[in-house]
Amino acid sequence: MADTALLQLQALGISFGGLRAVHDVSLALPQGTLGALIGPNGAGKTTLFALMSGFLKPDAGRVFFAGRDITGRAPQLNARDGLARTFQVVQPFAAQTVRENIAVGAHLHLKSRRAALAAADGVAAELGLAPQLDKPAADLTVAGRKRLELARALATKPRLLLLDEVLAGLNPQEIGEMIPVVQRIAARGVTVLMIEHVMQAVMNLATTVWVLAQGQLIAHGTPAEVTSDALVIEAYLGPGAAARLAR
Amino acid sequence: MGFDILFPSVLNGLTTGAVYALIALGLTLIYGVLHIINFAHGAALMVALYAVYVLKHQLGVDPYLALPLVVPAMFVFGYALQRLVINRASHGKDENILLVTLGISIVLENLALMIFKSDTRSIDTAYTLSTLQIGPAFIAVPKLVAFGGALLTSALLLWLVARTDLGRAIRAVARERQGAKLMGIDVEHVYAMSFGIAMACLGAAACFLLPAYYVNPQVGSGFVLIAFTIVVLGGMGSFAGALLGGLLVGVVESLCGLLLGESLGQIGIFVIFIAVLLFRPTGLFGARA
Amino acid sequence: MKADLAAIAAFVLCIGVFTAATDSGVLLNALMMALYAALLAQAWNLLGGYGGQFSFGHALFFGCGAYASAIAQMSGGVNAWLALALGVAAAALLGLAVGALTFRYGLKGSYFALVTLAFAEVFRILALSLDFTGGGVGLMLPLKPAAANLQFVSRKGFIALVAGFVVLALLATAALRHSRLGAQLQAVRDNEDAARAVGVDPLRTKLAAITLSAAVTGAAGAFYLQVFQYIDPNIVFGPGISIEALVGAIVGGLGTLWGPLLGAAVLHLLADSTRNLFGELPGLNLVIYGTVLVLIVMFMPRGLAGLLRSLSAAWKARRG
Repeated sequence: MADTALLQLQALGISFGGLRAVHDVSLALPQGTLGALIGPNGAGKTTLFALMSGFLKPDAGRVFFAGRDITGRAPQLNARDGLARTFQVVQPFAAQTVRENIAVGAHLHLKSRRAALAAADGVAAELGLAPQLDKPAADLTVAGRKRLELARALATKPRLLLLDEVLAGLNPQEIGEMIPVVQRIAARGVTVLMIEHVMQAVMNLATTVWVLAQGQLIAHGTPAEVTSDALVIEAYLGPGAAARLAR
Repeated sequence: MGFDILFPSVLNGLTTGAVYALIALGLTLIYGVLHIINFAHGAALMVALYAVYVLKHQLGVDPYLALPLVVPAMFVFGYALQRLVINRASHGKDENILLVTLGISIVLENLALMIFKSDTRSIDTAYTLSTLQIGPAFIAVPKLVAFGGALLTSALLLWLVARTDLGRAIRAVARERQGAKLMGIDVEHVYAMSFGIAMACLGAAACFLLPAYYVNPQVGSGFVLIAFTIVVLGGMGSFAGALLGGLLVGVVESLCGLLLGESLGQIGIFVIFIAVLLFRPTGLFGARA
Repeated sequence: MKADLAAIAAFVLCIGVFTAATDSGVLLNALMMALYAALLAQAWNLLGGYGGQFSFGHALFFGCGAYASAIAQMSGGVNAWLALALGVAAAALLGLAVGALTFRYGLKGSYFALVTLAFAEVFRILALSLDFTGGGVGLMLPLKPAAANLQFVSRKGFIALVAGFVVLALLATAALRHSRLGAQLQAVRDNEDAARAVGVDPLRTKLAAITLSAAVTGAAGAFYLQVFQYIDPNIVFGPGISIEALVGAIVGGLGTLWGPLLGAAVLHLLADSTRNLFGELPGLNLVIYGTVLVLIVMFMPRGLAGLLRSLSAAWKARRG
């Protein structure tokens, strides 16, 4: 398992003040998988992403990417190796156009300005952003900004894409439009790990799911296995809920 | 460097430091509540110093008696400045506040230059030259009054923030602006009040400072960096830090001046400032900066 | 990029024609000072407008360039042109050093502004106290008029020199705007975390910006030395320089190619008109600069260039 794991976490942990935000988290994400990380609000999922991508340094444990120990390494170095992440609260370069935004991502591997802008056009077309290329990012709707966030990360040609609630704030139609986009990305060979609350997406997209509650992993398996796990149900709905539902 | 030389230097440093502390308290109040760096703090002090000077020079009003005039006037000035100018400038970006307060300081300094010319002015009072002996030190009476007055004013400020309704509102807004708004607190008003109070502290500081010091259009810039050094050293938003930091900086400045000479002594302050910002930006007592 | 180059070429042409067409000392002097102010604003714009880091102590680099050049010429017997190059290099190095210190420790925003101010003050006090900088008396360049000594007899020579610098700065800015470094710099300015997430190294980009900005400022300082032949710490390390650099850039419009020139030109026009109306009043200039700064930040935060852009966009929308 370890040889094909693109991303591996070993006993990862971090505390803020007295609060244990993430504790003893270990997982192995095989290359080419589309995985999901779910759990109730405040479980520590975004913190875990920050630890994986290098925005936070863990107090304990290690992070391995493609076999290399990247624990605590700066995010920009990880991005260069092919580890990209999006943010739960979208972070566009507000004053710049959609094209310019995506081009920054493209510049990771392209030195020429013209090449980067052209690459940006290509990625934008893939994600349905072509009509907005000349608009300032600040003028986009929430759905547009989510796509832009995704486009910018894709332009870096990642091997692993960490998507933090890419469907949050979208209406059902927009969600329906975004799911195939994610599917296409995964089909191209990009390994994806998504934090998601929208269960429809998790069930449809992910082949393997991890459940985080109060900073710890409480379950791991296929979507079907995980959603019928009593511990998981209780993490979301409270103690005794599993039994009540079973009745 | 015997005790006979060090002791007076330390005492003098403490008296200056108390006034520094009062100045820094206003600055840290503004930062703690409005979360802005008031670059015009030094220039405002200069304005207050000129006010005290004019009152004495043209109208013969003793600087200590000028307190009930200068302090409220500075309060109104501060309230208006925040409400009418600074408030309108932010557009949501911190840099804009910095630029606006910088602009205000430039305008104030150079208006003073235009009106009063660049001459350094000081006032003469009956007690300007009298001194009191403490051990081997002869401390000028105005400095001692400044020491006491500054500490008293600081205590008043702390009492205001800790015990009054306004103080409670100020603390609420400082902690959680949105929550305070939801509780019905008029945040804009509290902002302006806080700014006004900080300016009022400068008014008091000016009354205590002028008898033992002087005024010219450039004094503001001198005080700005010292005030910032204190606030950064003590921790942005920390009153205890501003108080202790002020006293500490006053003593350090005095000792540096003693050891390195007047001009190079100033460098000591700046070096501390840069060092604190680089290595311990939260200061000795500070919350997140 | 081609559009930018064409515009720059047109600009060079205008300056050339103007300079050749007139012999009026007043006009030539005004042009020279306006170009000098533009150079300062351009330098500040590189770090402040494109890099997003507001320096309140740019006089640090100005004074460094001026003093390095002066000391090289007077104590080292170095040729004036070479001394100017040395001034630029010294300023660039100082910029790199200050940047390495401050950016490594993550200073930004207001703290960065304050630290740059502190650095400028430290150097001012040092220059006042040390012997080899002439102390409070300053340094006076011996009068040796000759192009080889960078002491032109006619203002036209100096105009050519400063215009050359301005054009170089324009070219550098234009190149930056259309380059990967420029894209990364503006990304760090707009959202540092997002930039890191796509592989941009914030430290390296900020260092590039501050070094470039310091170099151009140093050139302005060395130029000042050649024109006025006298420098002292309160002038070249003083807040007046720092303020002129930043107000020109902000009034003109941050992060634009022509903004600094626009801003510097307008401010100079304003200063000259008030001087004609009210005479030479010390402090008046800066009162105006300060007021303009406050008004621009309050009502026109994108500066004159931003205003022009909005107007042209509105006009296009009305037509199309």
